[in-house]
Amino acid sequence: MSSETQKILTTDGIPLEESLKKAEKKNKIKAFLLVCPLLLFLVITYVFPIGDMLFRSIDDRMVTNMLPKTYKAMEQWDGKQLPPEEVFEGFYLDYKKLVEEKTFGKLATQLNYEKNGFKSILKKLKRKITKFEEGNYKEQIMAVHKRWADVEYWRALKRRAPAYSYSKYLKGMDMYENEDGKIVQVSEDRRIHKILWVRTVEVAFFVTVFCFLMAYPIAHLLATLPMKYSNLLMICVLLPFWTSLLVRTASWMILLQQQGIVNDFFVWIGLVADDNRPEMMYNKVGTYVAMTQILLPFMVLPLYSVMKTISPSLMRAGKSLGGTPFVAFWKVYFPLTIPGIGAGCLLVFILAIGYYITPALVGGASGTLISNHIAFHMKSTLDWSFASAMGLMLLTGVLAIYWVYNKLVGVDNIKLG
Amino acid sequence: MALPKYTETHYRIWHYFYLTVCTCVFFFLIAPLFVIFPLSFNAEEFLVFSDGMKRLDPDAFSLRWYVDMIYGTKNPWGLAAKNSFIIAIFATLGSVILGTVAALGLSSRHMPYKGIIMATLISPMIVPLIISGVAIFFFMAKVGLAATHTGIVLAHIVLGTPFVVITVTATLSGFDHSVTRAASSLGSDPVNTFMKITLPLILPGVISGGLFAFVTSFDEVVVVLFLAGLDNTTIPIQMWTGLREQLSPTILAVATCLIILSTLILVTAELLRRRSERIRGINR
Repeated sequence: MSSETQKILTTDGIPLEESLKKAEKKNKIKAFLLVCPLLLFLVITYVFPIGDMLFRSIDDRMVTNMLPKTYKAMEQWDGKQLPPEEVFEGFYLDYKKLVEEKTFGKLATQLNYEKNGFKSILKKLKRKITKFEEGNYKEQIMAVHKRWADVEYWRALKRRAPAYSYSKYLKGMDMYENEDGKIVQVSEDRRIHKILWVRTVEVAFFVTVFCFLMAYPIAHLLATLPMKYSNLLMICVLLPFWTSLLVRTASWMILLQQQGIVNDFFVWIGLVADDNRPEMMYNKVGTYVAMTQILLPFMVLPLYSVMKTISPSLMRAGKSLGGTPFVAFWKVYFPLTIPGIGAGCLLVFILAIGYYITPALVGGASGTLISNHIAFHMKSTLDWSFASAMGLMLLTGVLAIYWVYNKLVGVDNIKLG
Repeated sequence: MALPKYTETHYRIWHYFYLTVCTCVFFFLIAPLFVIFPLSFNAEEFLVFSDGMKRLDPDAFSLRWYVDMIYGTKNPWGLAAKNSFIIAIFATLGSVILGTVAALGLSSRHMPYKGIIMATLISPMIVPLIISGVAIFFFMAKVGLAATHTGIVLAHIVLGTPFVVITVTATLSGFDHSVTRAASSLGSDPVNTFMKITLPLILPGVISGGLFAFVTSFDEVVVVLFLAGLDNTTIPIQMWTGLREQLSPTILAVATCLIILSTLILVTAELLRRRSERIRGINR
């Protein structure tokens, strides 16, 4: 039987199976060609630049390229005692070139990151280097300052030899590689990044929880009310959703200021004294309140679309079988809404963890998040490689959640309005 | 939501509690938008309700901030509005064209590696804007498009396409492919079939995706902050600067205009959604 089906030929004399395969392949290529323009566009303007960020974050060739002869000579040095004359000679030649090109300042900054005190001895060396005599550079350099005779400084120099380093990532986690090549934490009072990571996750988590607690009842109400009422109420959800983020943040800035309406209300009901109005903006409270309101629609919409599909007769059946309304809700209704809860929570968490605008405007110093820190390094300190490293660490976290989201919900099931 | 007469008291209480909670949440969602409205007509320079406003004294209200918005000295809003509209329109066009074509391919059941490609196309919506901003800034600086309209438009196309892809694939999911096959069997070429058959049917989805792309571009500030020079300032940039430096009532006048704009967009989007549902209902 099977041999007979294989023999079926099309009018062209080609076996049907082959002809079908060909057509299938043609369709595949057709479909792929349609996606190609966008895919190519995104790869060039988006995926590739993110890869470039990765490269920037580990790129440490600046120092390596500035001191080529030094590092060549250092290859043989074991790092236990002071380096031999060749290293000093190489360093003299490299540094002299940098002084002539007037680019030694960058080196001083970079090496000072590695070990404090490098800047001053490099400056001192710069002044003396023009008067150096030929030969015996070791003695001459060590005579400039006693720290040049300290093996620790040469070790620090050697640590910057590799062209690529993951030191920015360690810095992002408040760690560094010490003199012995071990990874250790920075002293307790300088652990600023850890606080930021914890705060970002904490804010994202609680905003998600608040959004869930508020969105669940109203999504339920919207899904169970008759159409003509629910359409009207839906506007309350959709209007903020379509309104500019900055407009919504501005309205919270007006509401939460010290002479603002919320404070007026608190004074009026006697919760606080008029001369003792609490600061509700420029701290975590402002960030929480504003972010919850701004992200609430992203929780309501997925919940609503799931609740809409749950037949009300299921609850009636639960009750008719002897369950109290609470039992019927908990055992029948709630489990059916779990897909919506998952979708909404993951979406809100992903959006909250990378939030920038609202924390920057209402967060003050204690309410800023990782994104604000990245922007700070991009715009103020210009340490772009550190900003890239922090960005990629955040991205890894977000992509992990995105992967879970994709597994649980599926990206093609995202609903918009 | 009237309760049946036999409802026990504690369920009755619970029900009213539930309704109260819902009312509070709706209030929390919508009320902040309405604060801006009256304050933008404030005759004074402060962002609080003056005593005159509380008494509804007509003298406490004025249009001076609207006048300032349009005719004010060193007025940045005119240029910003122009830039915003130009950038948003081109970004929308680009997103709609690229996104719709891609969605057509993605909805084909022959599409290979569908999952991973879809995930890539949607990623600009998921990746935190600050990261997109940094990455796109590096790229645009490298190719010499930083601080140009073209650079910002390209960046906004990146951010806008996921919305178009999502809405158009959603519309196409209920699409009856036998109509396009019928067209081809009657001798229509693929382009003609798309323009005459497919496009009119999926148009509501395309337009609502376009609205999303427009709003995304019109409201986008993080990426523009990195890319914009002095000549490419947009409304969100001006609002951002204004909110950071000093909250002047002129910003509230602009905000009021933006709320009106978003209301219009919301109404359009809702009408389109219903139309699209109706068309798809007929197809089924």
